[in-house]
Amino acid sequence: MERITEHPILGKIKKGREVRFTLDGRELKGCEGEPIAAALKANGVMIHRYTAKQHKPRGIFCAIGRCTDCVMVVDGKPNIRTCITPLKEGMKVQTQYGTRAKAEVKDK
Amino acid sequence: MKRYDLIIIGAGPAGLSAAIEASKRGMSVAVFDENARPGGQLFKQIHKFFGSKKHKAKIRGYKIGEQLLQEASDNVDVKLNSPVIGIYPGKEVVVRQEDHIFHYKADSIIVATGASENMVPFEGWTLPGVIGAGAAQTMMNLHGVKPGEKILMLGSGNVGLVVSFQLLQAGCEVKALVDAAPRIGGYGVHAAKVARCGVPFYLSHTITKAEGTDCVTGAIISQVDEHFKPIPGTEEHFDVDTICVAVGLSPMSQLLMMAGCDMVDDPKRGGQVPVCGDYGETSIPGIYAAGDVSGIEEASSAMIEGRMAGICAAQYLDFCTEDEKKESLKTLLEDLDDLRQGMFAPKNRGKKIEKTEEGIDISQTLLTKGHLTREEAERFPGVIHEVGVHPVIECTQNIPCNPCQDACPKHCIQVGNDITALPQIDPDVQCIGCGMCVASCSGQAIFLLNEDYEPGFASVTLPYEFLPLPQKGSKGKALDRAGQPVCEAEVVNVRTAPAFDHTALLTIKVPKEKMMDARFYKGLGCTEGVEK
Repeated sequence: MERITEHPILGKIKKGREVRFTLDGRELKGCEGEPIAAALKANGVMIHRYTAKQHKPRGIFCAIGRCTDCVMVVDGKPNIRTCITPLKEGMKVQTQYGTRAKAEVKDK
Repeated sequence: MKRYDLIIIGAGPAGLSAAIEASKRGMSVAVFDENARPGGQLFKQIHKFFGSKKHKAKIRGYKIGEQLLQEASDNVDVKLNSPVIGIYPGKEVVVRQEDHIFHYKADSIIVATGASENMVPFEGWTLPGVIGAGAAQTMMNLHGVKPGEKILMLGSGNVGLVVSFQLLQAGCEVKALVDAAPRIGGYGVHAAKVARCGVPFYLSHTITKAEGTDCVTGAIISQVDEHFKPIPGTEEHFDVDTICVAVGLSPMSQLLMMAGCDMVDDPKRGGQVPVCGDYGETSIPGIYAAGDVSGIEEASSAMIEGRMAGICAAQYLDFCTEDEKKESLKTLLEDLDDLRQGMFAPKNRGKKIEKTEEGIDISQTLLTKGHLTREEAERFPGVIHEVGVHPVIECTQNIPCNPCQDACPKHCIQVGNDITALPQIDPDVQCIGCGMCVASCSGQAIFLLNEDYEPGFASVTLPYEFLPLPQKGSKGKALDRAGQPVCEAEVVNVRTAPAFDHTALLTIKVPKEKMMDARFYKGLGCTEGVEK
């Protein structure tokens, strides 16, 4: 998905410096301070997690921290609302399966 | 336990306005908000607001947010990342900050928690790519990321219409606007600016399926019968990657309910709302409600309600006299009353209105297709024909809005004292073609016509808020009100000015017989009305 570089009303949209982070081990780039979900969207990532019982994909839904559909495992901590959590350099983001990242599920 | 004269919950337009009034009168005020930034949803509103000058009309929402923050910056203490999780007896307010729970004691409370988006379930609605309209606004207007490339919008209320237009401005394609209702719910002028970009409206239709396994790859809509049941055999497929849901808002009144305020289920106010007095007084003395939490309206009314609640809380604790309160509330109540007039007033919600206040038949095409027809346009008082340049005002519904009246330096546009009246043009005043009215109209419903631009040709000046801005001399197609090409057009002038506030004025030359059809411009090599 594209970033909007110039907007007819907002002009140039102010963003933080470029930072690197990982999604399931894959290195991606984003802007510091933007929600993790925005950085993922800009990288074309749609699936944030799979539900525990039916293994159904979920992604961004409300984008304001209300619905909790976009939660992921961030720096080892599950259930992080990615739409309101600012992106930092070197963050380790993982797709959440139920309440865990995949590797942990396999361990069980 | 820390104590405050007043605790306000929510730092949106209502909460900030309340805080400004209360602090001004000497109260110690704390504002708690769950978000990382104050302003609520105001910073996502990039369109010009309706209303009158005192309601900050024709100013874009995010700029109103900036003004409000500036006004609050001196003496209002906003505590961010602080969701309030409970109100207990004795006005004890419980807040989660970091990973801890804190208790605060207030002598008065204003609940200004706003509203949350409604949802409608359909097959596939949980797929990534089905998002709330608010989410689309957040992604594109706050974070500068497109919510999708090809969008289907569900809901034709003002949110659905405004967000559709904003999606077009962000460079997305809006494939269709769908609503189960038989008539468009939002302002006709909002619908018209979407329609003239070529977005088709499907009224009496609903979405029956979001297609895709990992994420949305398409949508199926169906026509509905009078009981809103899909009619088999009417299915239509759309190739979209995003489905945007804008089916109304519900007050977030849970804290008021928890506090023990009397509640009522009022569909005209959007659901469970507190029983309130004129100024937001709930059934519990010293607890007030302001903004969408007490009934879904606009941000402009929320700001007035917030101010009223702030003044009431101040008087409740003797920070101002009863007389001072009455005096301040009087003008605010009048302002609020202005905003609650017209066809879209809360009291008229759900009513079918056939005629304007002036007795003119409402355009039915506007209500079902999102645009006027040329013939319908001619019957409204803002549409006139004169020698030389003059405005044509395609404002055909009674909504509380009058910036056009003040915009004209020659005073050729009149709305009058009744703020919902349709604008009229004084034929005795000569238009100078400055275009201030075109740029000031929040509904983008004003055009300048020069019926005698050149022999056989007329010029049409229209508001344009897209990128890239066409250059003078460029050629393309003039589009009609439905976004269909009607004739060749040449851009003969492009005007931008700080006073126009990011609305460019495009003047196109068209054959004279097409001047009442041409309402938008599409450059060559463009799609969906927006230049790529």
